[in-house]
Amino acid sequence: MMNPNNGIINDDKSLSGRQQRLVRLLQESIPLSPRPFAAVAAEAEMAPEEVLATVAQWKQNGTIRRFGAMVRHQRLGYTANAMSAWDVPEERAEEVGRALSAADEVSHCYQRPRAEKWNFNLFAMIHGASAEECERVAARLSGEVGVGIYELLFSSREFKKISMKYFVE
Amino acid sequence: MDETDKKLITLIQADFPITDRPYAVIGDKLGIGEDEVIGRIGAIMESGEIRRLGASFDSRRLGYTSTLCAAHVPPEKLAAAVAAINSYHNVTHNYERNHYYNVWFTLIAPSRARIREILSEIEDAAGVGPILDLPATRLFKIQVDLPVIDE
Repeated sequence: MMNPNNGIINDDKSLSGRQQRLVRLLQESIPLSPRPFAAVAAEAEMAPEEVLATVAQWKQNGTIRRFGAMVRHQRLGYTANAMSAWDVPEERAEEVGRALSAADEVSHCYQRPRAEKWNFNLFAMIHGASAEECERVAARLSGEVGVGIYELLFSSREFKKISMKYFVE
Repeated sequence: MDETDKKLITLIQADFPITDRPYAVIGDKLGIGEDEVIGRIGAIMESGEIRRLGASFDSRRLGYTSTLCAAHVPPEKLAAAVAAINSYHNVTHNYERNHYYNVWFTLIAPSRARIREILSEIEDAAGVGPILDLPATRLFKIQVDLPVIDE
Protein backbone atom coordinates (compact mmCIF):
# COMPACT_ATOMS: atom_id res chain seq x y z
CA MET A 1 0.00 0.00 0.00
CA MET A 2 1.15 3.48 -0.80
CA ASN A 3 2.27 5.54 2.16
CA PRO A 4 -0.47 8.15 2.41
CA ASN A 5 1.91 10.66 3.92
CA ASN A 6 4.41 10.59 1.11
CA GLY A 7 5.53 14.06 0.33
CA ILE A 8 3.27 15.88 2.74
CA ILE A 9 4.97 15.21 6.03
CA ASN A 10 7.96 16.83 7.68
CA ASP A 11 11.17 15.01 8.47
CA ASP A 12 11.65 15.87 12.13
CA LYS A 13 8.69 13.96 13.44
CA SER A 14 10.41 12.17 16.28
CA LEU A 15 9.79 14.21 19.40
CA SER A 16 11.88 13.72 22.50
CA GLY A 17 10.27 12.44 25.67
CA ARG A 18 10.27 15.96 27.11
CA GLN A 19 8.65 17.38 24.00
CA GLN A 20 5.99 14.68 24.15
CA ARG A 21 5.33 15.61 27.76
CA LEU A 22 4.90 19.24 26.68
CA VAL A 23 2.42 18.17 23.99
CA ARG A 24 0.44 16.23 26.60
CA LEU A 25 0.20 19.39 28.76
CA LEU A 26 -0.60 21.85 25.97
CA GLN A 27 -3.36 19.68 24.49
CA GLU A 28 -5.23 20.22 27.76
CA SER A 29 -5.97 23.70 29.14
CA ILE A 30 -3.21 25.97 30.35
CA PRO A 31 -3.86 27.29 33.88
CA LEU A 32 -5.70 30.52 34.61
CA SER A 33 -2.89 31.89 36.74
CA PRO A 34 -0.72 34.93 35.96
CA ARG A 35 2.19 32.87 34.57
CA PRO A 36 0.52 29.88 32.84
CA PHE A 37 3.53 28.90 30.74
CA ALA A 38 5.77 28.93 33.80
CA ALA A 39 3.28 26.57 35.46
CA VAL A 40 3.33 24.30 32.40
CA ALA A 41 7.13 24.46 32.40
CA ALA A 42 7.28 23.33 36.02
CA GLU A 43 5.14 20.28 35.19
CA ALA A 44 7.15 19.55 32.06
CA GLU A 45 10.40 19.96 34.01
CA MET A 46 11.57 22.56 31.52
CA ALA A 47 12.63 26.18 31.88
CA PRO A 48 9.81 28.68 31.24
CA GLU A 49 11.90 30.25 28.45
CA GLU A 50 12.25 26.88 26.77
CA VAL A 51 8.48 26.30 26.85
CA LEU A 52 7.82 29.74 25.35
CA ALA A 53 10.48 29.23 22.67
CA THR A 54 9.18 25.76 21.82
CA VAL A 55 5.56 26.92 21.53
CA ALA A 56 6.63 29.83 19.33
CA GLN A 57 8.65 27.50 17.13
CA TRP A 58 5.83 24.95 16.89
CA LYS A 59 3.40 27.69 15.87
CA GLN A 60 5.86 28.92 13.30
CA ASN A 61 6.53 25.49 11.73
CA GLY A 62 2.92 24.35 11.83
CA THR A 63 3.23 21.71 14.56
CA ILE A 64 0.72 23.83 16.49
CA ARG A 65 -2.04 24.80 14.10
CA ARG A 66 -3.57 27.23 16.50
CA PHE A 67 -3.03 28.21 20.11
CA GLY A 68 -5.82 29.80 22.10
CA ALA A 69 -9.42 29.38 23.09
CA MET A 70 -11.32 26.51 21.50
CA VAL A 71 -14.96 27.52 21.52
CA ARG A 72 -18.04 25.38 21.48
CA HIS A 73 -20.26 26.81 18.78
CA GLN A 74 -20.05 26.30 15.05
CA ARG A 75 -19.13 29.01 12.59
CA LEU A 76 -21.58 31.85 13.08
CA GLY A 77 -24.17 31.92 10.33
CA TYR A 78 -23.03 28.57 8.97
CA THR A 79 -25.36 25.94 10.26
CA ALA A 80 -25.17 23.29 7.54
CA ASN A 81 -22.24 21.40 6.15
CA ALA A 82 -22.02 18.77 3.48
CA MET A 83 -19.26 16.35 2.68
CA SER A 84 -19.08 16.50 -1.11
CA ALA A 85 -17.42 13.61 -2.93
CA TRP A 86 -16.35 13.93 -6.55
CA ASP A 87 -15.45 11.43 -9.25
CA VAL A 88 -12.63 13.15 -11.11
CA PRO A 89 -10.32 11.59 -13.72
CA GLU A 90 -6.97 11.06 -11.97
CA GLU A 91 -5.14 13.32 -14.42
CA ARG A 92 -7.47 16.20 -13.50
CA ALA A 93 -7.49 15.58 -9.75
CA GLU A 94 -4.88 18.19 -8.87
CA GLU A 95 -6.40 20.94 -11.00
CA VAL A 96 -9.94 20.25 -9.75
CA GLY A 97 -8.75 19.94 -6.13
CA ARG A 98 -7.19 23.37 -6.35
CA ALA A 99 -10.27 24.86 -7.98
CA LEU A 100 -12.61 23.46 -5.29
CA SER A 101 -10.24 24.69 -2.59
CA ALA A 102 -10.41 28.22 -3.94
CA ALA A 103 -14.10 28.49 -2.96
CA ASP A 104 -14.73 30.30 0.32
CA GLU A 105 -17.48 27.81 1.17
CA VAL A 106 -14.98 24.92 1.11
CA SER A 107 -13.07 24.50 4.38
CA HIS A 108 -11.26 21.23 3.69
CA CYS A 109 -10.33 19.47 0.46
CA TYR A 110 -8.48 16.18 0.05
CA GLN A 111 -7.76 13.55 -2.57
CA ARG A 112 -8.39 10.02 -1.31
CA PRO A 113 -8.34 6.53 -2.86
CA ARG A 114 -11.43 5.03 -4.46
CA ALA A 115 -12.88 1.91 -2.86
CA GLU A 116 -15.54 -0.74 -3.28
CA LYS A 117 -18.94 0.86 -3.84
CA TRP A 118 -17.19 4.21 -3.45
CA ASN A 119 -16.10 5.54 -6.80
CA PHE A 120 -15.08 9.03 -5.69
CA ASN A 121 -11.60 10.45 -5.25
CA LEU A 122 -11.95 14.10 -4.20
CA PHE A 123 -13.54 15.29 -0.96
CA ALA A 124 -14.56 18.87 -0.19
CA MET A 125 -16.28 20.03 2.98
CA ILE A 126 -18.91 22.62 1.99
CA HIS A 127 -20.41 25.07 4.52
CA GLY A 128 -23.62 27.00 4.07
CA ALA A 129 -26.52 28.54 5.92
CA SER A 130 -28.75 25.60 4.94
CA ALA A 131 -28.65 22.24 3.16
CA GLU A 132 -30.17 23.91 0.09
CA GLU A 133 -27.38 26.45 0.03
CA CYS A 134 -24.79 23.66 0.21
CA GLU A 135 -26.52 22.03 -2.76
CA ARG A 136 -26.44 25.30 -4.72
CA VAL A 137 -22.74 25.75 -3.95
CA ALA A 138 -22.00 22.19 -5.08
CA ALA A 139 -23.97 22.70 -8.31
CA ARG A 140 -22.07 25.94 -8.97
CA LEU A 141 -18.71 24.27 -8.30
CA SER A 142 -19.69 21.34 -10.52
CA GLY A 143 -20.25 23.76 -13.39
CA GLU A 144 -17.05 25.65 -12.68
CA VAL A 145 -14.79 22.59 -12.66
CA GLY A 146 -16.70 20.64 -15.30
CA VAL A 147 -17.22 17.55 -13.14
CA GLY A 148 -20.76 16.24 -13.19
CA ILE A 149 -20.46 13.15 -11.02
CA TYR A 150 -20.60 14.02 -7.34
CA GLU A 151 -22.56 13.27 -4.21
CA LEU A 152 -23.41 15.32 -1.14
CA LEU A 153 -23.44 13.52 2.18
CA PHE A 154 -25.15 15.40 4.98
CA SER A 155 -24.69 14.38 8.57
CA SER A 156 -27.90 13.37 10.29
CA ARG A 157 -26.37 12.63 13.68
CA GLU A 158 -23.12 13.49 15.44
CA PHE A 159 -21.90 10.43 17.32
CA LYS A 160 -18.60 11.90 18.49
CA LYS A 161 -16.51 15.06 18.22
CA ILE A 162 -13.41 15.43 20.40
CA SER A 163 -9.88 16.80 20.22
CA MET A 164 -7.23 14.14 19.72
CA LYS A 165 -5.03 13.37 22.72
CA TYR A 166 -1.51 12.53 21.61
CA PHE A 167 1.12 10.41 23.34
CA VAL A 168 -1.29 8.80 25.77
CA GLU A 169 -1.04 5.21 24.46
CA MET B 1 -21.82 37.97 28.11
CA ASP B 2 -21.01 41.65 27.51
CA GLU B 3 -19.04 43.44 24.80
CA THR B 4 -15.77 43.01 26.68
CA ASP B 5 -16.34 39.24 26.89
CA LYS B 6 -16.97 39.09 23.14
CA LYS B 7 -13.82 41.07 22.37
CA LEU B 8 -11.92 38.88 24.80
CA ILE B 9 -13.07 35.66 23.12
CA THR B 10 -12.17 36.96 19.68
CA LEU B 11 -8.76 38.04 20.92
CA ILE B 12 -7.83 34.80 22.65
CA GLN B 13 -9.03 32.61 19.79
CA ALA B 14 -6.97 34.22 17.10
CA ASP B 15 -4.00 35.77 18.84
CA PHE B 16 -3.27 34.35 22.27
CA PRO B 17 0.04 35.89 23.41
CA ILE B 18 2.84 33.35 23.83
CA THR B 19 4.58 35.21 26.58
CA ASP B 20 5.23 34.96 30.31
CA ARG B 21 2.22 37.05 31.42
CA PRO B 22 -0.30 36.55 28.58
CA TYR B 23 -3.34 37.62 30.60
CA ALA B 24 -1.65 40.94 31.42
CA VAL B 25 -0.92 41.52 27.71
CA ILE B 26 -4.55 40.75 26.83
CA GLY B 27 -5.71 43.08 29.60
CA ASP B 28 -3.60 45.90 28.21
CA LYS B 29 -5.28 45.48 24.82
CA LEU B 30 -8.77 45.54 26.35
CA GLY B 31 -8.08 48.23 28.94
CA ILE B 32 -8.75 45.91 31.89
CA GLY B 33 -6.50 44.33 34.49
CA GLU B 34 -4.82 40.92 34.45
CA ASP B 35 -7.03 39.72 37.31
CA GLU B 36 -10.17 40.69 35.43
CA VAL B 37 -9.00 38.88 32.28
CA ILE B 38 -8.40 35.73 34.31
CA GLY B 39 -11.77 36.08 36.05
CA ARG B 40 -13.66 36.63 32.82
CA ILE B 41 -12.00 33.69 31.00
CA GLY B 42 -12.75 31.49 34.00
CA ALA B 43 -16.43 32.47 33.91
CA ILE B 44 -16.67 31.92 30.14
CA MET B 45 -15.08 28.48 30.50
CA GLU B 46 -17.50 27.68 33.31
CA SER B 47 -20.40 28.57 30.99
CA GLY B 48 -19.05 26.08 28.46
CA GLU B 49 -18.66 28.64 25.67
CA ILE B 50 -14.90 28.07 25.72
CA ARG B 51 -14.09 24.35 25.91
CA ARG B 52 -10.36 24.60 26.25
CA LEU B 53 -7.48 27.06 26.30
CA GLY B 54 -4.50 25.39 24.71
CA ALA B 55 -2.95 24.08 21.53
CA SER B 56 -4.43 22.36 18.50
CA PHE B 57 -1.73 20.15 17.00
CA ASP B 58 -1.13 18.97 13.45
CA SER B 59 -1.16 15.19 13.85
CA ARG B 60 1.25 14.67 10.94
CA ARG B 61 3.86 16.93 12.49
CA LEU B 62 3.72 14.78 15.64
CA GLY B 63 4.43 11.65 13.62
CA TYR B 64 0.83 10.44 13.59
CA THR B 65 -1.11 9.30 10.57
CA SER B 66 -4.81 9.79 9.97
CA THR B 67 -7.53 8.40 7.77
CA LEU B 68 -11.21 8.80 6.97
CA CYS B 69 -13.27 5.63 7.43
CA ALA B 70 -16.71 4.66 6.22
CA ALA B 71 -18.87 1.71 7.23
CA HIS B 72 -22.11 0.26 5.95
CA VAL B 73 -24.01 -0.52 9.13
CA PRO B 74 -27.54 -1.93 9.11
CA PRO B 75 -29.94 -0.34 11.64
CA GLU B 76 -29.95 -3.32 14.02
CA LYS B 77 -26.17 -3.12 14.37
CA LEU B 78 -25.88 0.64 14.59
CA ALA B 79 -25.77 1.07 18.37
CA ALA B 80 -23.12 -1.62 18.84
CA ALA B 81 -21.05 -0.34 15.93
CA VAL B 82 -21.11 3.25 17.20
CA ALA B 83 -20.14 2.07 20.69
CA ALA B 84 -17.25 0.03 19.29
CA ILE B 85 -16.02 2.90 17.10
CA ASN B 86 -16.35 5.57 19.79
CA SER B 87 -14.51 3.45 22.36
CA TYR B 88 -11.18 4.43 20.74
CA HIS B 89 -9.64 7.76 21.73
CA ASN B 90 -8.15 7.62 18.21
CA VAL B 91 -11.61 8.33 16.79
CA THR B 92 -12.11 12.11 16.94
CA HIS B 93 -15.17 12.61 14.70
CA ASN B 94 -18.00 10.19 13.99
CA TYR B 95 -21.14 11.04 12.02
CA GLU B 96 -24.16 9.31 10.59
CA ARG B 97 -24.56 10.30 6.93
CA ASN B 98 -27.20 9.75 4.28
CA HIS B 99 -25.54 7.10 2.12
CA TYR B 100 -25.09 3.31 1.71
CA TYR B 101 -21.96 3.98 3.78
CA ASN B 102 -23.84 5.56 6.65
CA VAL B 103 -21.20 5.82 9.40
CA TRP B 104 -18.18 8.07 8.73
CA PHE B 105 -15.40 8.55 11.24
CA THR B 106 -11.84 9.86 11.43
CA LEU B 107 -9.04 7.82 12.94
CA ILE B 108 -5.64 9.13 14.10
CA ALA B 109 -2.90 6.71 15.20
CA PRO B 110 0.88 6.46 15.48
CA SER B 111 1.15 4.11 12.50
CA ARG B 112 -0.72 2.64 9.54
CA ALA B 113 -0.36 -0.75 11.23
CA ARG B 114 -2.25 0.51 14.29
CA ILE B 115 -4.99 1.93 12.05
CA ARG B 116 -5.44 -1.44 10.31
CA GLU B 117 -5.50 -3.16 13.70
CA ILE B 118 -8.19 -0.82 15.10
CA LEU B 119 -10.36 -1.21 11.99
CA SER B 120 -10.12 -4.97 12.19
CA GLU B 121 -11.04 -4.88 15.89
CA ILE B 122 -14.08 -2.70 15.13
CA GLU B 123 -15.16 -5.03 12.30
CA ASP B 124 -14.96 -8.01 14.66
CA ALA B 125 -16.66 -6.31 17.60
CA ALA B 126 -19.53 -4.85 15.59
CA GLY B 127 -19.89 -7.56 12.96
CA VAL B 128 -19.63 -5.03 10.14
CA GLY B 129 -17.30 -4.50 7.25
CA PRO B 130 -15.22 -4.24 5.33
CA ILE B 131 -14.77 -0.69 6.60
CA LEU B 132 -13.43 1.70 3.98
CA ASP B 133 -10.02 3.14 4.86
CA LEU B 134 -9.46 6.32 2.84
CA PRO B 135 -6.23 8.05 3.89
CA ALA B 136 -5.62 11.36 2.13
CA THR B 137 -3.16 11.07 -0.71
CA ARG B 138 -3.11 14.82 -1.27
CA LEU B 139 -4.15 17.79 0.85
CA PHE B 140 -5.48 20.76 -1.04
CA LYS B 141 -6.96 22.79 1.78
CA ILE B 142 -7.24 22.66 5.55
CA GLN B 143 -8.72 25.89 6.74
CA VAL B 144 -7.10 26.41 10.12
CA ASP B 145 -7.65 30.10 10.55
CA LEU B 146 -11.35 29.79 11.28
CA PRO B 147 -11.16 30.89 14.87
CA VAL B 148 -14.12 28.86 16.08
CA ILE B 149 -13.29 25.46 14.60
CA ASP B 150 -11.16 23.17 16.72
CA GLU B 151 -9.79 20.85 14.08
